[in-house]
Amino acid sequence: MQSSAVLHSGAESGEPIKTRRQGKYLVFLLGREEFGVQVLKVREIMGLQEITAVPQTPPFVKGVINLRGKVIPVVDLRRKFGLPETEYTARTCIIVLQVLQSRAAASSIQMGAIVDGVSEVLTIQEAEIEDTPAFGDDVRIPYILGMAKVKGRVKILLDIDHVLSSQELHGLEQLPQRQEESAPAIF
Amino acid sequence: MAKVKHRAQSHPDAVPEQPFSAPPAPGAVESGLRALSANLEPAAPAAPPAPAAGSGFLNQDPQLVGDFLVEAREHLANIEARLLEIEQGAHTQETLHSAFRSFHTIKGLAGFLEYDVIQEVSHEVETLLDLARNGKLEILAPTVDVILQAGDYLSAWLNSIEAVQQGREVQSPPAPAALLSRVRAAATSEPRQDSPVLPLWDDEPQPAAPAAPSASPAGSSEPAPGAEAAVAAPAKGSASGGGEVSLVKVDTAKLEYLVDMVGELVIAQSMLRHNQDLGAVRSPKLQRDVAHLTRVTAEVQKTAMAMRMVPIGQLFKRMTRLVRDLARKSGKLAELEMQGEEVELDRTIVEKLSDPLVHMLRNSMDHGIEPSEERVAAGKPAAGRIRLKASHQAGMIVIEISDDGRGLDRARIFRKAVERGLVAPDAVLSDSEVYQLIFEPGFSTAERVTDVSGRGVGMDVVRKHINKLRGRIDITSTPGAGTVFLLKLPLTLAIIDGLVVLVGGERYIVPIFSVREMFRPSPDRIFTVEGRGEMVMVRDRLLPVIRLGARLGVTAGVQDPSQGVMIVGENDTRTFCLLVDELAGKQEVVIKTLGPVFSDVRGVAGGAILGDGRVGLILDLATLAGDTGALVRG
Repeated sequence: MQSSAVLHSGAESGEPIKTRRQGKYLVFLLGREEFGVQVLKVREIMGLQEITAVPQTPPFVKGVINLRGKVIPVVDLRRKFGLPETEYTARTCIIVLQVLQSRAAASSIQMGAIVDGVSEVLTIQEAEIEDTPAFGDDVRIPYILGMAKVKGRVKILLDIDHVLSSQELHGLEQLPQRQEESAPAIF
Repeated sequence: MAKVKHRAQSHPDAVPEQPFSAPPAPGAVESGLRALSANLEPAAPAAPPAPAAGSGFLNQDPQLVGDFLVEAREHLANIEARLLEIEQGAHTQETLHSAFRSFHTIKGLAGFLEYDVIQEVSHEVETLLDLARNGKLEILAPTVDVILQAGDYLSAWLNSIEAVQQGREVQSPPAPAALLSRVRAAATSEPRQDSPVLPLWDDEPQPAAPAAPSASPAGSSEPAPGAEAAVAAPAKGSASGGGEVSLVKVDTAKLEYLVDMVGELVIAQSMLRHNQDLGAVRSPKLQRDVAHLTRVTAEVQKTAMAMRMVPIGQLFKRMTRLVRDLARKSGKLAELEMQGEEVELDRTIVEKLSDPLVHMLRNSMDHGIEPSEERVAAGKPAAGRIRLKASHQAGMIVIEISDDGRGLDRARIFRKAVERGLVAPDAVLSDSEVYQLIFEPGFSTAERVTDVSGRGVGMDVVRKHINKLRGRIDITSTPGAGTVFLLKLPLTLAIIDGLVVLVGGERYIVPIFSVREMFRPSPDRIFTVEGRGEMVMVRDRLLPVIRLGARLGVTAGVQDPSQGVMIVGENDTRTFCLLVDELAGKQEVVIKTLGPVFSDVRGVAGGAILGDGRVGLILDLATLAGDTGALVRG
């Protein structure tokens, strides 16, 4: 499913991620795949509502919604991951996440992610998590924390701060700056 | 209204006049000079390195230090206000007590957090003020200077502590030894007959005491307009120093959240009221209850919005010190008058007004107010009068900055503008158009550059700031009689009047302040300029057409301009027409930021929650139009 090329970043070590990988995950669906996002990052789950489009943004940024008086951006995770688009259904929902904007300043914002549906909250042990399979020496998928095998099914655990960092959302024109910051990126 | 007066020439510089205990020890003079140089060059490398502010673990706690900074700054502001009152003679015994208490509190807090330098300096000043309030020492003008310098020094320390908190590298202020010796010298000084003594609670009218309630100020011969208000002001000033108003400090984030929630409440309430099922229920009681809910909601909203508002007086008071210092520097005499200090406006506006006000007051002091000999020769009182006045006018705040100086020189401004190629030599301009030229970047008519102004930066900064606040500046001026600057500002930046427009089913909000007019063009008024897009004739002027849908990447419902609506919009420099599908009404909206994700999006100023709870985008015509549009001038 991951057809996009992956840029290299080797600078970041996997160690700190590993140690904080185990814990509770909200499992959601995109197509046939199951993904997990740390429950601590989830603020709420809401039904789909009308989204106001914002011009000059990448296609996966659907626009903004009103979350109890606050205007927050909404991202279509299918588009973000390059999956084929489908009609929204009754199960389609928006997961509101607290996303770290910059690790240095520890500032975070709320952001919505459109998914096909949510299924459950799982406690995943470190022993059940495997590292991301490498697609070559230099290549990693930075926004995947690991693969969890629970009851014979694989769940892809996402580092949501990476997926929805504002650098990611700004689009392609900021590539040089991004490399400076040695933040890994996927297109 | 408060009336403040600065005597500049009586003590142009404090240090040479400093009354040391006779006979003055040579060491004291030396230390006084050292103090002066230390004050002039606070970051001079020659200054001895300052000892660490403190080494205890308590001053590592960001919460404690943050609270300390806030509190200490409030006390310093109080000290400054009280000292200026003392200097003007408009004080009571309570004034001294208040200043004393403020230093005492700072000392206590600094001691707790082990900021030794701050503790030491405030202790010395406290000792000095203690002598004064026990009647053992008269506060002389130079003493006020020393105490003010001590305040500035403490303020520099607070800034450096704050910088360290934020992880910035800063140079600590120099060691306070020189300052301390000056404070001690002031504490042991004896009054001299020839120095201007500012006696405490003395009924004898002093030339430097203008605001004594009964006596008319000796220094100014003409009656001040609204003189009855002047009587109340000093009393009010000392009352606020005593802290009689009970206040609660609230985190701004909490306040923002409350305002957000109230906005949601209003939307929920409005959706309920317009619910058709509810309308079908024929129950007078239900109708009454809903109407009651509506009233209460509106009241709650009003209160929540009012919580962001602060009186403008606190900003005006900060200007008192500025005018005092400027008067000294330039050797002119000036009075600062304040009116309408109780007028409230949004806290963020008050903060952003500070810089423009400073620039404008500097300008008035340097260019407007003449030296006193010149004033007397022209039959005016020796002391110039600068007035700050705030008032409400048609839903806007109007701030008037006026002086009774020489006025703007229309001919000279015009000549300079022609020299710089800003206007054609044969152009016919109205007075106000000529005066607006002083806001052009780099424009200055000053023959020489002083350290106060004359470099031609300043007034363009003023206009930039005021435009950012969605305000405007008008100037009127009478040669020989003075200049009046009128700043017109919105009450708050949080709410704007918006025109809701529809393009391709999406709603957008155009801020009313950038809309000049709206019309549906007849086909014969639309022209297509070869390869350069469409133009429309508006009042004998051809304006370029911007199709909003095309700019925003939305498929517009209307392709033929004569079927849509044209909005004549303007930004700083350009006028243009915006083509939209149709108008959906006018609405007051609360501006919400779209956050860092959309910071690069051009043409959008923010979002607003519309009546149905959905988000509408607020357009920013300045960036939306870019370089499209006819120049406003010439």
